[in-house]
Amino acid sequence: MNPETLDDNFQIPAPERIGQERGSLTRIVQEMVFTVDHKTLGLMYIASGLLFFVVSGLMAAMIRIQLSVPRNHFLDPDVFNRLFTMHGTAMVFLVGMPIIFGFANYLVPLMIGARDMAFPRLNAFGFWVFFFSGLLLYFSYLGAPGLYAAGSAPDVGWFAYSPLTAKAFSRGHSTDYWTLSLLLGGIGSIATSINIIVTALCLRCKGMLLVRMPLFVWMFLVVAFLVIIAMPPLSACQIMLILDRYCGAHFFDTQAGGSAVLWQHFFWIFGHPEVYILILPGFAVASEVIPVFSRKPIFGYPVMVAASVMIGFISLGVWAHHMFTVGMTSIGNTFFAISTLLVAIPTGIKIFNWIGTMYGGKLRFELPMLFCLGFLFQFLIAGLTGVMLAIAPFDWQLSDSYFVVAHFHYVLIGGLLYTIFAGLYYWYPKALGKMPDFKLGLWHFILFTAGFHLTFFPQHLSGFLGMPRRIYTYDAGRGWDLWNLISSIGVIFQAVGILFFVFNLIYSYVKGKKAGDDPWDAWSLEWSTTSPPPAYNFETIPEVRSRRPLWDLKHPDDPDWKYE
Amino acid sequence: MRPVADMFRPLSRPAEMIHSSSLLVLAITAGIFVVVSALLVFVVWKFRRKGPEDDLREPPQIYGSTHIELAWTVVPILITVVLILVTSRTIGEIQNRVMPENAVQIRLVGHQWWWEIHYEKEGIVTANELHVPLSRRDGTGERPTELILESADVIHSFWVPQLAGKTDLIPNRKNRTWIEPFVTGTFFGNCAEYCGTQHANMLLRVIVEEPEDYEKWVRKMRQPAAVPHADLAAQGHKAFFANSCINCHMVDGTVAAGVFGPSLTKLMTRQTIGAGVAPLTPETLRAWVRDPQKLKTGCLMPDMKLPDSEVDSITAYLLTLK
Amino acid sequence: MTAAPAQSLEWKMPSTRKVAVISLILTESALFSVFLVAYLFYMGKSLNRPFPSEVLTFPVFATVALLSSSVTIVFSEMALHRGNKGAFHLWWAVTIALGAYFLWFTGTEWHHLIFTDRLTLATNVFGTTFYSLVGLHASHVIIGLFLLTLILVLSLLGKFPADHTEHIEMISWYWHFVDAIWIIVVTVVYIISVRY
Ligand code: HEA
Ligand code: HEA
Ligand code: HEC
Ligand code: CUA
Ligand SMILES: [Cu+2]
Repeated sequence: MNPETLDDNFQIPAPERIGQERGSLTRIVQEMVFTVDHKTLGLMYIASGLLFFVVSGLMAAMIRIQLSVPRNHFLDPDVFNRLFTMHGTAMVFLVGMPIIFGFANYLVPLMIGARDMAFPRLNAFGFWVFFFSGLLLYFSYLGAPGLYAAGSAPDVGWFAYSPLTAKAFSRGHSTDYWTLSLLLGGIGSIATSINIIVTALCLRCKGMLLVRMPLFVWMFLVVAFLVIIAMPPLSACQIMLILDRYCGAHFFDTQAGGSAVLWQHFFWIFGHPEVYILILPGFAVASEVIPVFSRKPIFGYPVMVAASVMIGFISLGVWAHHMFTVGMTSIGNTFFAISTLLVAIPTGIKIFNWIGTMYGGKLRFELPMLFCLGFLFQFLIAGLTGVMLAIAPFDWQLSDSYFVVAHFHYVLIGGLLYTIFAGLYYWYPKALGKMPDFKLGLWHFILFTAGFHLTFFPQHLSGFLGMPRRIYTYDAGRGWDLWNLISSIGVIFQAVGILFFVFNLIYSYVKGKKAGDDPWDAWSLEWSTTSPPPAYNFETIPEVRSRRPLWDLKHPDDPDWKYE
Repeated sequence: MRPVADMFRPLSRPAEMIHSSSLLVLAITAGIFVVVSALLVFVVWKFRRKGPEDDLREPPQIYGSTHIELAWTVVPILITVVLILVTSRTIGEIQNRVMPENAVQIRLVGHQWWWEIHYEKEGIVTANELHVPLSRRDGTGERPTELILESADVIHSFWVPQLAGKTDLIPNRKNRTWIEPFVTGTFFGNCAEYCGTQHANMLLRVIVEEPEDYEKWVRKMRQPAAVPHADLAAQGHKAFFANSCINCHMVDGTVAAGVFGPSLTKLMTRQTIGAGVAPLTPETLRAWVRDPQKLKTGCLMPDMKLPDSEVDSITAYLLTLK
Repeated sequence: MTAAPAQSLEWKMPSTRKVAVISLILTESALFSVFLVAYLFYMGKSLNRPFPSEVLTFPVFATVALLSSSVTIVFSEMALHRGNKGAFHLWWAVTIALGAYFLWFTGTEWHHLIFTDRLTLATNVFGTTFYSLVGLHASHVIIGLFLLTLILVLSLLGKFPADHTEHIEMISWYWHFVDAIWIIVVTVVYIISVRY
């Protein structure tokens, strides 16, 4: 500005002035937009993930209302189809992925004694790309004139089988929003994963050998590798779909000799590793929480690492178990049935090692532990239903029935979501410096668990009774009515449970009692710094001699490194 | 009769084979579940924190045990091997079954959202309801049915739980499956691959009959449609051919040769209308002709906006198509 | 209590840049392999002409150019390590020239295919998979050329910090990767599929 307009007592605000503005809304927004700090980004990831969870959870609630009674007229068929497509897509790409990346961002540097991720700016890029992709997906509700020029979201299902996505069968732009959103999200995930890999491999503090890395970091290393190998196929088939829809290419155009099955292969080559990308972080949280609240080190650390790596490898070779019904040769079906069943072995090892960790311990049933126990029990069920699905002939009956819906909600909610809750309660004191309220958390646990089983256990049965998934209505008297009604009632409990959870997050931040640096008496590095940690994480970069550095500090008489 | 589709009450060959192996799998997984969850509960109960005194001393720190870990690696491996053997045997038995000479052959073409059915040998075209003969397993007349599955638009999936597992109907691809029912009756199925707006109302019925009844049905289906003389039906006949119905529907032995919609030749022999949205009665038929979008929102038959007189007459004409 | 085990005094971690580029190359390989699979899968499945055997001729010079550019870039690196700026610039420029020639060739080839042989993305599945695969590779050549040129310009302007030799190494790695991919592409597209 030119000097004339300056009045005399104008002065440039001093730095400390700027400091004083802290907390003002504009200031917070500004910080969020400009930050490259891994902790802030981590929290932003988790917060936006939870936001999308509430939204797509409410969509699920609408789905359940429509299905609560036969021949219900609550929703039109098209509206229903959009709902389950958006629900599924959002839950996987806008809830699961960001929240796990949030955990990785916040904790990996702290756990390996680093000051930040390897590429902070790339990190911020990853977040904003993801966030924009989420907005893009939901914008389709407003911005994509469908067939009848009404605002319309994608309605092709979360795996969008061709040729349903071809211009001929999916007019308007809703499918384009879906495609572009996933393409963007993929780029963000790859960027973040490369960042995680580099951080874990190159930024470890002195003494943090790979064999001393917390299991948490190990599992995220595996996850990151899975992402950079499995994400490109998704991006590739999105690119192909765009070429098909806009440039008249024939990748999936059955009229021009294209193949409809090709899409399924490409999608599931991504899609199956994706489900392990989602569950391994769950394992990661469990592997931190269970030892601490059993007061024992993890049982069989090397085997746990090996098992995770094996799961990663095997998961790249099982994709066609989602395609048992497309008419593969008997050899093909047998091969994929076998490879799928093999996953049960390393996964079993993990479950048993967690139980082994608890054996002989002194279990403290704090909130994180409660959710981890729920996880163990529910994931057991989920895994076993998975094994049933892996038996190709059995799958010819179960595939695309509500049994599958039950299976994957047991893994995704009973497995992933429960460990996410556990993780949130476990690191809440570290991130915000306050203890989460136990009573509220207990209500959250009880209500959500009750609701979860009420909703999803009956779906196994309606699946057995031949109820296909993705149907907006059904006739009375096919034996499905009761199970669907119970299933819908369950959602009420879940919703109230979630309300307790959300309320707890806010309430404890305001009223919760101060948490020290190390409220759970834990052993990994993040608990050695203040809560919340300073921007630079550690005054002095720590140096470790074992897998449980803080144990060594607390028990100089018998430190871990004697036994490793 | 209750329209069940319970995969644990199989009444036909592939379904039965799947059923027997699935029972074994259920038993094994149930066993695993009981053992592991019992172990879990036991550990959680036995080693729970008993009181504040527990916080004073940490429990003995155990880092692992090769023997135990080996044990719980080997046992699952053995179980997995068993499962693998069961699976590959059943897959082979079902997929490599060779059809006998006398097998009935049906070509099933999926449409959004109805089933086009061809009996090539018999020269019959119909929709949404399969008729197949009973197969006697006591050697006195084994007669399975082979299904050739294709699609005219997107992917659909054939699924009649009590008869057989799913096989998809995929455009530009020929899939095969087979059924061998040994009980007469009507069996219910759904399209089991999401195929768009009305995927929910793409239902399928399989009517299993005694061989002689089946032959009777075949003969009946081959008779050409009779030209109606009753005056209302006669008007309807005219109206039907005057309107664009014939662009999409076929009536054998007439100029109506459309293939976009289901064949109406023997419409009134069917139990349901609109691929199962409603039972086929004069009322529902009239409602459909008046406005299909009311009965089956978004289905690919447009509201023809016919005057009531034509609605009545055309309905009357359609009622003669049996 | 016993004293803690003595730790190796210096604590060396792998270079972040190297690990990052290796991971990047991993993802890129995954991306390429999907398009390769698509091409292989649709070989001989085109319903209408033109077919590969009719319109494709093995790009001898382009291939030689691209592959030799992998050699020249090594020369220029060696020159840099010898501290011989001039030779470094020279070989680096040669590398760019070779890459540019390759790109120019692809351009003319496509022009010919489109306007003489009437083969476009929409003609048949061959067109679809051919343009997408070769185009994907070409796009990577463009990125590579951009980076190479950037380095050359900066270095000639003397704006290039001496301690940034690792950046140069990384870019050459990427360039080698682009060449390696071309070897596979050229084998699949110009040798296998024309015989199919
Ligand atoms: C977090 C996500 C997650 C996880 C971890 C899993 C885990 C597994 N899943 Fe699941 N799956 C999904 C998410 C997941 N799944 C989703 C989202 C779908 C549907 C996609 C869609 O169609 O929309 C799906 C669908 C799906 C199908 C296809 C169904 C169909 O559509 O026809 C199959 C078939 O094989 C399958 C199998 C398995 C198996 C064998 C496991 C195994 O990893 C389970 C291993 C665990 C155990 C076995 C339990 C513990 C082990 C022991 C106690 C040891 C002893 C046990 C034995 C020796 C058997 N899953
Ligand atoms: C992480 C993954 C995830 C999660 C958490 C969920 C959660 C839920 N899902 Fe999800 N679901 C999928 C992933 C997931 N789902 C996928 C991938 C599909 C396949 C889609 C497809 O077929 O294409 C699917 C499909 C699917 C179907 C099948 C639809 C069909 O085939 O027709 C159904 C039906 O019951 C369903 C129900 C539910 C329910 C009731 C929940 C509940 O757990 C939701 C609980 C949450 C809430 C009820 C919201 C609570 C919020 C509030 C109470 C508001 C609070 C207010 C403030 C904070 C201000 N889901
Ligand atoms: C644009 C094409 C089209 C036209 C014109 C058309 N129909 Fe249809 N018709 C269909 C389709 C498609 C279906 C299947 C709808 C479904 O089940 O999803 C159908 C179904 C029917 C059915 C039910 C068949 C069954 O077995 O369920 C009847 C009856 C019928 N049409 C009568 C008529 C009459 C009468 C007319 C003329 C007044 C007519 N249609 C005009 C496309 C058409
Ligand atoms: Cu046809 Cu679903
Ligand atoms: Cu899978």
